[in-house]
Amino acid sequence: MAVDITFKDVAYTYQAGTPFESQALHDINLTIAEHSFTAIIGHTGSGKSTLVQHLNALLKPTSGTVTIGERKITPETNNKHLKPLRQKVGMVFQFPESQLFEETVAKDIAFGPMNFGMEATVAAKKAAEMLTLVGLPAELLERSPFDLSGGQMRRVAIAGVLAMAPEVLILDEPTAGLDPAGRREIMGMVERLHHEQHLTVVLITHRMEDVANYADHVVVMEQGTIAKVGRPQEVFQDVAWLQARQLGVPETTEFAARLQQRGFKFDQLPLTEAELAAALAPQLPREVVSQQHDE
Amino acid sequence: MMNKLLLGRFIPGDSLIHRLDPRNKLLLSFYYIGIIFLANNWLTYLVLFFFTLFAVYLSNIKMGFFIRGVRPLIWLILFTVLLQVFFTRGGTTYWSWGPIVLSQFGIVNGIYIFMRFVLIIFMSTLLTLTTPPLSLADAIEAILKPLRVVHFPVYEVALMLSIALRFVPTLMDETEKIMNAQRARGVDFGEGNLFQQMRSVVPLLIPLFVSSFNRAEDLATAMEARGYQGGEGRSKYRILTWQARDTWTVLVFGLLTGVLVWLRA
Repeated sequence: MAVDITFKDVAYTYQAGTPFESQALHDINLTIAEHSFTAIIGHTGSGKSTLVQHLNALLKPTSGTVTIGERKITPETNNKHLKPLRQKVGMVFQFPESQLFEETVAKDIAFGPMNFGMEATVAAKKAAEMLTLVGLPAELLERSPFDLSGGQMRRVAIAGVLAMAPEVLILDEPTAGLDPAGRREIMGMVERLHHEQHLTVVLITHRMEDVANYADHVVVMEQGTIAKVGRPQEVFQDVAWLQARQLGVPETTEFAARLQQRGFKFDQLPLTEAELAAALAPQLPREVVSQQHDE
Repeated sequence: MMNKLLLGRFIPGDSLIHRLDPRNKLLLSFYYIGIIFLANNWLTYLVLFFFTLFAVYLSNIKMGFFIRGVRPLIWLILFTVLLQVFFTRGGTTYWSWGPIVLSQFGIVNGIYIFMRFVLIIFMSTLLTLTTPPLSLADAIEAILKPLRVVHFPVYEVALMLSIALRFVPTLMDETEKIMNAQRARGVDFGEGNLFQQMRSVVPLLIPLFVSSFNRAEDLATAMEARGYQGGEGRSKYRILTWQARDTWTVLVFGLLTGVLVWLRA
């Protein structure tokens, strides 16, 4: 079954009908295609997290329609029978390690699949499989999740979501607070899942390098609505526009933009180091290049 | 979930009631609960009713909030009222079945009890809706101060109270977040039979405990790092001052008491 996700005129208001009501989203029209890798960027409070909570019906729109595969979610949708949907759309929240609660890592990973009706023995096998997938050694299976390091806990939590075998994986800043190595490992894992298992990935991030390296689609959120949608190559061309929104661009792109001011020419601002090198090489004087090779 | 929890919810405003000294408001709220028991006939209840309505009007807060404050207690109120109605004898008896009677006094008593509940809830809702929780904690500290003479740990209790109040919204956010995370893993909160519901609480409570302990430790470290020292000699950021309007409200309550004593049967 294809799981395309479509937002049509979606608005969401927190605490509607009280003096505390605040509009978090308005005029959202968006399609997230199957097998795509969508990055959502935007300022803190721009509505990113609220937006993704509509993807598995944790929140229902105050007006408008969200279509997830064949399910239509409207403001009138009943809260029951959403389970099949939540199995298809796996969600990794910010700091997901706070959702761990079981006595052992194995039990915690098996918790999700068992809620969706998987046999205990099958779920246990699945847990072991998932632990390897997130790059943790099998001997952790019988340990308490609270004995692990922060990075390990996070990977166990992610394994717990992956064990539900979702078709869409939502990650809300999965690398926040991790060291560079941990960050690379998590992002590498997400990339693998996207390529090998053809998961549709939706990633909220503040790291433009991740957007440049992994995403094929970017959504820029601003004050509760979508300010720009496009391929990273398109979105990152307008350096000034992004910086005015305090979002910035990948370091490489920023560097290239500075080179451009000094007279270098780019058809399109490069996003990654490889692209930069390829674009720069023909423009450098030959002697300099050969000299560097000699050294 | 945040929508439902109104009890103890502060609504910012600038009305006369908002500006009263929290110590005064707290003491008068308790005093009001006391003088409600002076009322024993229609006239006195009517006076109290209009007095409360006027206070609500002065606060500039919509009536709906007060009515919603009654809702969580409605079963307790109905239970008490029905006990009164069916087990009080006296006056004309309209109907009876074994020990259960429906009498004139019973009905009148039932209405009085109902009024008493509603008025008390309205007045205490008024207190919590118009007073920031931390001001309330300050007020409690000020009121408990005399107990220092008997070595009651007033400062510590006040600090515990302020911290508890401060973390209510934080814990509620945390609860909501963990509930969402577990919902995404297929937990149905509030569905199924009692046993299933009890089981669904475990994946919520354990993470909450863990994060509360972590938070407590962080808070203690942060307070020590900034050299916190409680007790004697610690100055206050929010200073409570008694104003003329506080004196006036006390006089109005005095007058109300006089009227009630005069009108009661």
